Parts: sequence; structure tokens; C-alpha cells
Amino acid sequence: MITKRIIPCLDVKDGRVVKGVKFQGLADVSSPVTLAEYYSKSGADELVFYDITASAEGRGIFTDILCKTAKTVFIPLTVGGGINTLADFERVLGSGADKVSVNSGAIRNPGIIEEAAKRYGSQCVVLSADISLIDGKYTVFARGGRENTGIEAIEWIRAGVERGAGEIVVNSIDTDGVKKGFDLPMLDAVCKAVNVPVIASGGAGKKDDFTELFKKVPEISAGLAASVFHFGEIEIANLKKTLFAEGINIRI
Amino acid sequence: MIGIVDYGVGNIFSLCSSFEKIGFDAKLLREPEKLAECERIILPGVGAFGDAREKLRSSGMEESLLNEVKKGKPMLGICLGMQLLFEKSFEFGEYDGLGLVKGSIRPITDVIPKDFAVPHIGWNALDFSDDELFKYIKKGDFVYFVHSFYGADCEESVIATTEYGAKLTAAVRNGNVAGVQFHPEKSGEVGLAILRAFCEMKGD
Repeated sequence: MITKRIIPCLDVKDGRVVKGVKFQGLADVSSPVTLAEYYSKSGADELVFYDITASAEGRGIFTDILCKTAKTVFIPLTVGGGINTLADFERVLGSGADKVSVNSGAIRNPGIIEEAAKRYGSQCVVLSADISLIDGKYTVFARGGRENTGIEAIEWIRAGVERGAGEIVVNSIDTDGVKKGFDLPMLDAVCKAVNVPVIASGGAGKKDDFTELFKKVPEISAGLAASVFHFGEIEIANLKKTLFAEGINIRI
Repeated sequence: MIGIVDYGVGNIFSLCSSFEKIGFDAKLLREPEKLAECERIILPGVGAFGDAREKLRSSGMEESLLNEVKKGKPMLGICLGMQLLFEKSFEFGEYDGLGLVKGSIRPITDVIPKDFAVPHIGWNALDFSDDELFKYIKKGDFVYFVHSFYGADCEESVIATTEYGAKLTAAVRNGNVAGVQFHPEKSGEVGLAILRAFCEMKGD
């Protein structure tokens, strides 16, 4: 049976991982390449590199890093951040990315999903959405969660799948950083609306949060997190053992 | 030398890196005549069947590829590259394949339960019969899949399956021609072990 995926997300700025990393036995904990290797060895099923660089120079460093990682780590790599045009797709796919995630770029120009899916295949196009519950309505936010677009989230995601997105990342602004668990009602609503794999993001604070996620929203394909992995609060190999013991399908 | 057929379909970056990692010399091939110089051939591919078949044909690669296969050279199709080996595909229409493996490509929604996500994306366990491709791995090992169509009516060529609400074809073999639905270049150590076994696979 297909296994639930555990995905660490690395925020990369000017070639370094941000959101501090605390690991023992790692020489350079801010090197994305070193970290990617470490995560791959500890059982990560996939990696997400999120480019938070603003400058063109930073972009160049980012693609170099991506190249180096893709040469040493043989698990799927998804790249997000600053993806607005087909040229952005081309740039990261040519440097070793397997999937590309669009967020604000798709809000500005929803056609990008269609164009990219047509050219590279749906398996390549991940629609990522930052969502918050505003006055009882799931609402899409742009620009890293700073800008309320007023767009209803479930319909936005459904339309994104119709346009050709092959996977969805749902990031709940309401639970992100709170470390009290994933936003189960929001994730459930998205899973019921679409038939493509849905990845949960935002809210993981401890191992039990993942157990609860996969048990209460069984349609969820993967759990994504950043700081809990980087700070060593949750160790991936250990998390996967726990999930396996709980009867959840996991690649060990 | 291993020749990776580059006909403008799909991401072959990791494939090249994989062979480098396991210590085999692999080259991207854009000129059909270069295929004759390789000991073995990789046919990669992602995207749509009809489009890929057309590119394979118009690039001149198809003719060259079939010639080399006839000579008995080992060939491995990966993902869409595996699907192209079949006789027919029903992906967005009806298309002829290379006909190197008996069977047709059909949507997984024909056989999987309705509540299963499509595409089939992620790590799934392999069940396989005795084949040299799998000499370095064990049953139940996980590999990474991304697909919405699968190889059907190919019982005599199936050498591996995976379970996704239904038994799906994971690998096929017909003499010197082999194909895998999953991505060995994205399947960690297990995937590299399968690529290594292919590099040692005997032709006809």
C-alpha cells in the first residue's frame, strides 16, 4: 500500500538554510546540501526547498545549491518560492527539481498552472495555498500569508486541480507556528473537495500531531514541517517508527 | 557506456546523477546515430503519451532505438518510457506504442477504488518475481511512483507489481527490454540498486 509521506521543508536564503538548525554531528548545519543528505538518510520521503531570496544573485546561488543537492540526494525534490513564469519552472527543473510549487504566482496569474501542466505534466505542478478561516470562510492569502485576497480557498483549490495541479499543499495560517497540531477541519474540507494528493502543512509541534493527522484525516497523503525537524524537536526516523507502531503505512 | 535517450521529454537531471553516483558512465544522446555506440539504453519520459511518441518518432530516435533493441542491447524504459514500450495507450485518445511489450496503457481509475487519490504519487512497496533487475533488493522495498496510467493486459511480461487499491504493473520484461513504472532515480538506495542491476543485465 502507498505510504504516508513525511516532508521536511527548508527555507533557503542566499544559499543558507534559515530558521536556525540545531543538530549534533553536522558540520555545517546551515548548508542546504548537508541538511538534505542528513534528512534523506534519516528517512525523509521528499524534500521541499523554499527560495526566500529576493535578489537575482540569490536566485543564482539557489539554483547552484539545488544542482548540488540533486546530485547527492535521490529522493523527490520540490522547489517553491518566487515561481511566477514558465521561465521560473524551466530554471528550477533544469537544476534538478522534480516538482515546482506555485502560490502567489498562481493567484496573480492562474493560467500559469495550465501552461506548466501542459508543458511539464501535472505531476510536476504543485499548488500551494496559505489559508486562514476569516468570518467562517476559508480564505486564500498571498505573499507569504501577508495579503488577504478574499478568494474562497476550497473553490480556489478545486479550480487549481481542474487547471492541472497534480498535488496540493495546504498551509494553515491559523495553526502555523502555534505547534498545537495540524488544522484538521481545513484539511478535511480540502480532501473532500479534490481527488489529487493533499499535503498538510502548518502546526506540527510533536510526534502525536502527525499520528492524529493521518488517523483523523485518512485521505491526507503527506505531512510537511520545517522548524520542528530543523530544531531536532522531532527526529524523522523516530517519528516514522512511532507512526508505524500506530498502524500507519510508512516507509521505514 | 549507457545512453540516455534525450528526445525533449522529461527531467533527466537526476537520472544522469544516479549513474554518476553508482559509478557507471552515462551520456545524454540527442543524435540517433549515437545509440549504436552504447552498450545499453535508457528511455526516460514524463508527460503525455501521444506527445512523447511523436517526439520520439520525429527526432529519429525511434528507428535507431528499435534497431539497437533488435540487436539484443539491454534497454530500460522509465515511467512514460516504460509505457511507450507497450502496443497501445488510451491516454487522452488512442495511440500506438513501440509494441516491444504486449499490452496496453490504461487509466488507473479503471481499476482502483473511487476514493483513492489520482495521480498515484508516493512511495509504494514492490512485489516481484525472480528477475535479475531485482537481485540487489528485497520484496516489500519501497520505490517512488508518480502516474495516472498503468500497464494493462500484460500478464506475460509483468515482473513486479504494487498495491494501490488494485494490483498495478510496476515493472515489465521481455527479453532484453525492461521497463519500470516507478522512478528508480528518485527511489533512494533501492532505486540506485535497481539501476546498478540494469547496468549488469545481460542482453540477448
